[in-house]
Amino acid sequence: MTTPSLASLHGNRACAAGAIAAGCRFFAGYPITPSSEIAEQMSRELPRAEGVFIQMEDEISSLAAVIGASLGGVKAMTATSGPGFSLMQENLGYAAMTEVPCVIVNVMRGGPSTGMPTRPSQSDIMQARWGTHGDHPVIVVAPASVQEIYDETIRAFNLAEEFRTPVIVLYDEVIAHLLESVVLPQRDTVPTMTRKWASGEETTFLPYAATEDGVPIMARPGDGHRVHVTGLTHTPDGFPTQRPDLAAKATQRLLDKIEFNRDRIERNETFDIEDADVVIVAIGIVARAARRAVQELRSAGLRAGLFRPVTLWPFPEDALREAAAKATCVLVPEMNAGQLALEVERVVGPGKVARLNRIDGEPIAPADIVRRVREIAA
Amino acid sequence: MNDLLEAPFDVKDYLRLEMMPHFMCPGCGHGIALRCLLWAVHELGIDKNKLAIVCGIGCSGRVGAYIDANTFHTTHGRPLAFATGLKLARPDLTVVVITGDGDCLAIGGNHLIHACRRNLDLTCLMLNNEVYAMTGGQVSPTTAIDRLTTTTPHGNAEPTFDACRLADAAGASFVGREVTRQAPALKNVIKAGLAHEGFSFIEVMSDCTEIYGRKNDLGESPEMIMSQKSDMRPEAFGNVADQPFRANRLRAGIIAQRDRPEYGSVYRQRAAAEQAKAKAKS
Repeated sequence: MTTPSLASLHGNRACAAGAIAAGCRFFAGYPITPSSEIAEQMSRELPRAEGVFIQMEDEISSLAAVIGASLGGVKAMTATSGPGFSLMQENLGYAAMTEVPCVIVNVMRGGPSTGMPTRPSQSDIMQARWGTHGDHPVIVVAPASVQEIYDETIRAFNLAEEFRTPVIVLYDEVIAHLLESVVLPQRDTVPTMTRKWASGEETTFLPYAATEDGVPIMARPGDGHRVHVTGLTHTPDGFPTQRPDLAAKATQRLLDKIEFNRDRIERNETFDIEDADVVIVAIGIVARAARRAVQELRSAGLRAGLFRPVTLWPFPEDALREAAAKATCVLVPEMNAGQLALEVERVVGPGKVARLNRIDGEPIAPADIVRRVREIAA
Repeated sequence: MNDLLEAPFDVKDYLRLEMMPHFMCPGCGHGIALRCLLWAVHELGIDKNKLAIVCGIGCSGRVGAYIDANTFHTTHGRPLAFATGLKLARPDLTVVVITGDGDCLAIGGNHLIHACRRNLDLTCLMLNNEVYAMTGGQVSPTTAIDRLTTTTPHGNAEPTFDACRLADAAGASFVGREVTRQAPALKNVIKAGLAHEGFSFIEVMSDCTEIYGRKNDLGESPEMIMSQKSDMRPEAFGNVADQPFRANRLRAGIIAQRDRPEYGSVYRQRAAAEQAKAKAKS
């Protein structure tokens, strides 16, 4: 068998399938709607793939166990939703600080607090970026179809390995439970990355020394380098420091590692953008409604276009600035009270940006977007 | 590495000497606990390359950095959860958790009871100095009643946890306790815990002279560890099982040891059966 296969999957199943294809062999999680199907599928599949699944006592320990497994050398992930994602922020910061590759899936539901567990939302956009304390790097990908959940979960693992950082796969409940056709490539054709490992033979080895791309080489327990890993601000030798010059350097390298590699991380999709007067910026299921709206508006003679960040953080700001340069208006429809709009305003300037928000647990329909664009045009 | 086995125990063989001097206060019991752990590691012939030390936050959390092994200084209260992932992913490693009374019983209490229940092959050393020392001496779940701390200026009114009874009740397959005054006995309990297949919980009665002993007129370190010793009863004296919380007299030595299936090997057996089933199908 060398041909790809076609499967009918819902988003959460595609996520689990993508993770296993990417080489994920450890999953720790805690049940939560609407992400539980990912854990359920991993509990079935991982033992068959010589991996380990464990249901932990909460989301805090779930991410802790994931980081522990990754420190041991195994690709690892967890999946959750808003309330659990809040609990994970502590160890998300630890993974960023200690540069441990891991993937965290957050299927967004209505908040705040317990909110509306079975209803879709996009209100964790800012939490995904800024949820944990301190200046920290993070990568967030935001798929918009079941196929893209599969592909972006694989890419999330690769980015996590390449840049030794936690990567968040962020999508809304609609695509989590959407049933669509997915092309599953043959396992051996899936592009997979593995972090750079120290051989153990090096005479001098600094576990947090920057390499050319800013990403340090990792030591696997048992291979010979007995290193120290700490969430305290540390020097290239891995041990804590409070010296201002060294502390600044350490934090700056963490941030630069992502900032200087934006071209390898950023991804976006545009649709009918070239001559658009109104550029719509949207992610997830709302981007799909927007695409339909663009088609309807075009057939009515209104020049609309779509810009969709696939990598949400770091935000593809240069690409958006270019896409929106000639537009008279940038519309940001989103299923929250206005989060993505804040970033879009930062990039294109606040004067140009219009908003369309829904916080009632219902998705934004193409007709909502068409109506809003007509209002703006009038 | 194995030539270390032949040599008599020298703690320096297991320490990161470049980290010296250490930052623990004069009179702190944590150094004795560290020495006893490394002594036990030596006597069991555990390869330093295959030894993983997972620590939480606090004075106990800083102990790991001095050990010449794979050391992980994690988040507050979570070392058992990190260790659970590490051990399941890497069953070939000997995974030791070093935690404190606040780390393990307060913020990490839930992880402790589930680690006991799960019975994964980890050894958990809880260094009990009865106080949050790193943050300046606040009350902890093991602070004795009436004691003065910076957050119990009028005396501690909360009952005290008996960590060993908690671990025992939650199903830990090995429970032990020892004082730092009796280093060889402490080494032996740790050694038995390390050798035990399953979750081992060991409470080390440490002492904090600087900000706990002094505040409560408990004397200097020699007086503190002598009074801890006199608070202990070897197991032969029996347990005060009817006391809901820690009694004045605590049991020492190996308090409980039972045969329970080790979680990691049970999981791997089931996974192997699944793999065989899948193979037979295809």
